[in-house]
Amino acid sequence: MKEISLNILDVATNSVTADATTVDITVDYEFATDDLSVIIADDGRGMSEDFVKSVTDPFTTTRTTRKVGLGIPLFKDSAELTGGSLEIISKLGVGTTIKAVYKISSIDRMPMGDLADTVTALIGLKESLRFILQYKVDGREFRFDTDEIRAQLDGIPLSNYEVLAFIKEYIEGGINNTNGGLDIL
Amino acid sequence: MKSLAELNAIKQRVQENSNNRKNASDNDIKVVIGMATCGIAAGARPVLNAFIDEVAKRKLQNVIVSQTGCIGMCKYEPIVEVFVPGQPKVTYVKVEPTMVPRIITDHIVNNNVVAEYTIK
Repeated sequence: MKEISLNILDVATNSVTADATTVDITVDYEFATDDLSVIIADDGRGMSEDFVKSVTDPFTTTRTTRKVGLGIPLFKDSAELTGGSLEIISKLGVGTTIKAVYKISSIDRMPMGDLADTVTALIGLKESLRFILQYKVDGREFRFDTDEIRAQLDGIPLSNYEVLAFIKEYIEGGINNTNGGLDIL
Repeated sequence: MKSLAELNAIKQRVQENSNNRKNASDNDIKVVIGMATCGIAAGARPVLNAFIDEVAKRKLQNVIVSQTGCIGMCKYEPIVEVFVPGQPKVTYVKVEPTMVPRIITDHIVNNNVVAEYTIK
């Protein structure tokens, strides 16, 4: 993985597989403390306590094609490499929240990359899902919610190519605004 | 910055077009991109978006671009499968965004498989 947004796409895909109806992604830069928090919260089926303990082990996976699963281990590694951390809170039948904290200034921190592309890829993955993206920089905030888009569309699918193109530009604009003219990676 | 009000114009345009268009059918061509950890790490996301952009640009109404999990040959990712109704599945491997316009033009529009991009 070369971008944090690719890790987000990968881990949020797990939420879709876990039958979540809402996936809430938060990206929060706090320059005062040098922390970049990335939180992926879903209301999917959740994991048992035992499974949560083993899920950062690459040899734990739910997939059936082979016995390794690298999504969460790679996410965890990418955060810990910077001096940050990864935390998983999950409850069966309630949902899962994964929070990674990166040290912004660390030379080992990957750039965020294209968050808008990540959101459009997730929408393509499961049309009926509600995706929320909260993008924060030092308290300034941009919020994107697929329900707000859907409310304007009278049943036209979000995966319509024109709608996807709009969403991509809308998110890019929101992020640029929130960055306040700074080049935040 | 874009405003949500612009969605109204898109909505009207799409509704007009969809009146002309027959419903999604078994005759649609499907393009499926492997988007598990292996695919994503190898660069599947830009490939997915290149397909969406190219299909939108050419206004191909009989093409569905979708995603799947691990196709099972991680070292050949990004992998793209093309399903043309009535023909065998074609698997493209190590796909890069720059290869996408040719797959669309040659294979999806003109029905000539791009053999050099398939698995050897």
